[in-house]
Amino acid sequence: MATTELTARHMGMVSCHTCHLLCTPPDIQERQLACCPRCGSTLHGRKPNSLARCLALVIAASVLMFPAQMLPITITSALGHTQSDTILSGVIYFIHSGMWPIALVIFIASVFVPFCKILILILLMLSVQFRWRWNPRDRTRLYRITELVGRWSMVDVYVVTILVALVKLGAVASIDAGPGAAFFAAVVILTMYAAEYFDPRLIWDVMEETDE
Amino acid sequence: MSDLMACHECDLLTQIPPLPKHGSAYCQRCGSLLLSSKPNSIERSLALALASLFLYLVAISCPFLAMQTGGFEQQSNLITGVWLLYKQKMEGMATVVFLTCVLFPLLQILGLLYVLLPIYLKRRARYSVQIFRFVQQLQPWCMMEVFMLGILVSLVKLAKLAQIIPGPSLWAFAVLIVTSAAQLTVLDTHDVWDALGDSDGNH
Repeated sequence: MATTELTARHMGMVSCHTCHLLCTPPDIQERQLACCPRCGSTLHGRKPNSLARCLALVIAASVLMFPAQMLPITITSALGHTQSDTILSGVIYFIHSGMWPIALVIFIASVFVPFCKILILILLMLSVQFRWRWNPRDRTRLYRITELVGRWSMVDVYVVTILVALVKLGAVASIDAGPGAAFFAAVVILTMYAAEYFDPRLIWDVMEETDE
Repeated sequence: MSDLMACHECDLLTQIPPLPKHGSAYCQRCGSLLLSSKPNSIERSLALALASLFLYLVAISCPFLAMQTGGFEQQSNLITGVWLLYKQKMEGMATVVFLTCVLFPLLQILGLLYVLLPIYLKRRARYSVQIFRFVQQLQPWCMMEVFMLGILVSLVKLAKLAQIIPGPSLWAFAVLIVTSAAQLTVLDTHDVWDALGDSDGNH
């Protein structure tokens, strides 16, 4: 495999985000858009306003993280007795009842991953903004992992759905979804979008700038 | 078709030689996967998409889980779960679950069939380009495998409360997760884009 040590940008080319066709876009006027000749997607050298969009979504996700973690996600009522559970109290309940694997799954998916994802995205944005030269390969890998793992955070939202659907026994017990669950779903969706908007090529652009 | 490709994670241009069967090319600078050789990708993906469609219909129409407590049995399937959430004024969450576990997977399977079948039969279909683009954009939002993990967690959670009987749809769903993930992993999207690009003619 021959590497040219040149980027598409150096050659004045653009790789289509959707179908990865290398194109040479024509000179375009302001407020005009170039389209991929093969799949018709709009062509951008880099994702447009990548940092600003990513930052906005990360801020929104961080704010919603508070109600998501502090408000109850399920409200259980059994025999006239009601109990509200937040994500963390659910984890603690599982630890107390000796179900370690489940406690670990919920903790990783609902607490560890969302927090890490927000921190990693902030770190990556800072690294691009302040032109850090630290280990671009590892930072790209970090981004790739963040993008892949994020979806698994939805698991708690699904658990709530299934519990609500199944435990509708009326007289005996019922489980209702609490407000925290909706906030948590919003956090997961916002961070998924944030990761999608971040452009890992920005990490490498910085490296080239200082090489020259 | 040019063999020159830009890495979509670091933008480095790489000349890609003809790949051996099942071989892959990785970016030398950032290590991301550039291209892998997938023989018969369109036929395989088409077969898996057909299997997925069949399994989807079973998974949607049969009872999913049944819960038994003292002679009282409650059955539910995917749709009733969503509907119950909706009735509880949790419209937002109901929509999220409906889209990611019911609608998007279906659209993905149907879209893939719509695009691949004509390519396989060497015909043209209208709007194939737009639909395939949509199928690719949909991919991160189909979360059936995450839903499956959610089922496992809730089963453990409910084990004490009542007896849970898995319905036929649960097994169909478990296999559906495998086939619907495989239908896109075996597919070489470059093959599809090449075929669609050719049939478009003038571009």
